[in-house]
Amino acid sequence: MRYRQAIALLALVGLFVALYLWLHALGFGGAIKCGASGGCETVQTSQWAVFLGMPVAFYGVVGYLALLVVALAALRPTALAQRTWNLLLLGLATVGVVFTAYLTYVELFLIHAICRWCVGSAVIITLIWIVSLLSLRTPGIRTDHAASRPPRDQPV
Amino acid sequence: MNRFNVMVAVLALVLGIGVFALLRTGGGASAAAAGAPPTVVDDGFRGNTLGQETAPVEITEYVDFECPVCASFATIQMPTIKEQLINTGRVRWRFRDYPLPIHKYSRFAAHAAQCAGAQGHYFEMQDQLFAHHQWAQTGKDPSNLFRDLAKAAGVDVQAYDACMEAGRYAQRIEFSRQEGDKLLVDGTPTFYANGKKLEFRRLPGSDDFKALADSIVAHRPQRR
Repeated sequence: MRYRQAIALLALVGLFVALYLWLHALGFGGAIKCGASGGCETVQTSQWAVFLGMPVAFYGVVGYLALLVVALAALRPTALAQRTWNLLLLGLATVGVVFTAYLTYVELFLIHAICRWCVGSAVIITLIWIVSLLSLRTPGIRTDHAASRPPRDQPV
Repeated sequence: MNRFNVMVAVLALVLGIGVFALLRTGGGASAAAAGAPPTVVDDGFRGNTLGQETAPVEITEYVDFECPVCASFATIQMPTIKEQLINTGRVRWRFRDYPLPIHKYSRFAAHAAQCAGAQGHYFEMQDQLFAHHQWAQTGKDPSNLFRDLAKAAGVDVQAYDACMEAGRYAQRIEFSRQEGDKLLVDGTPTFYANGKKLEFRRLPGSDDFKALADSIVAHRPQRR
């Protein structure tokens, strides 16, 4: 359960990072807050900032939102014992990590600029991937049914 | 509601306020010529050019003045390109405006350059805008700075002010942007060589354009 909670919290943070970048790409607000280096502007205005006709940050919003929804759904009492949710979270996180790896390659070797927000998102998705991987290694999830049973008389 | 749900709700609220604050404080005051005009009319203008009309290669560059990549290309690569390709008559360079919507002041800067261009100082103003590119990083209203840059570019400031106030070239800039859309400009700078879009796997340098010019010249039909 703790792994799924951690994924939900990380996905929530990632969602807002991606949301900020997406809203900026749509023209809301002024210059991006990125420190003095200006790397975010370089990345956001490059030809690689748009993927399949949409700003790259849009895919981040969709991805993190999917992870958040799935993680919250996996935290329902009826879903806690089902390991399928862990596999689904790992699958989503893997897609995110692969896409992030591609974007990091583009930043480092094609654009030659690093966006701090993108690095933040890369760290978050990598953590989500590691946590979702760890969640698969745990044995069955304890549902605490035993603890909720009424106490019975024990033989003396 | 359990403790975890409360934690998620509080975190979402804090992050939401944070994003809102970032977006609010990111910009400055609105710029006079920042918005796209509601109507667009073709005034026949097709960009400012450098080089000879008879040059065998014409490069069209779609440029955004607030774009840092355009600024670094203009300040680092362009001097060599001018010296080796444009001044030698091999290449003609055409600048077209493509203000990206994510940039608050790029349309304003393009307008400042056009107003300077009306007085024959487009390239001087372009140099000023790219050489003092810090304005693009601060998010502050650059109206006064642009006025100073225009002055430094040799522009008559009174005429410049009138041009900026009237938004005289807003339609021209929007026409150029729409033209860029039709030509599938997907970022800035985007280059075309004799009308053909150039695809680079990395940001191009002067050597890339030298090789391109060599290749076009070598493969052009021989005149008899």
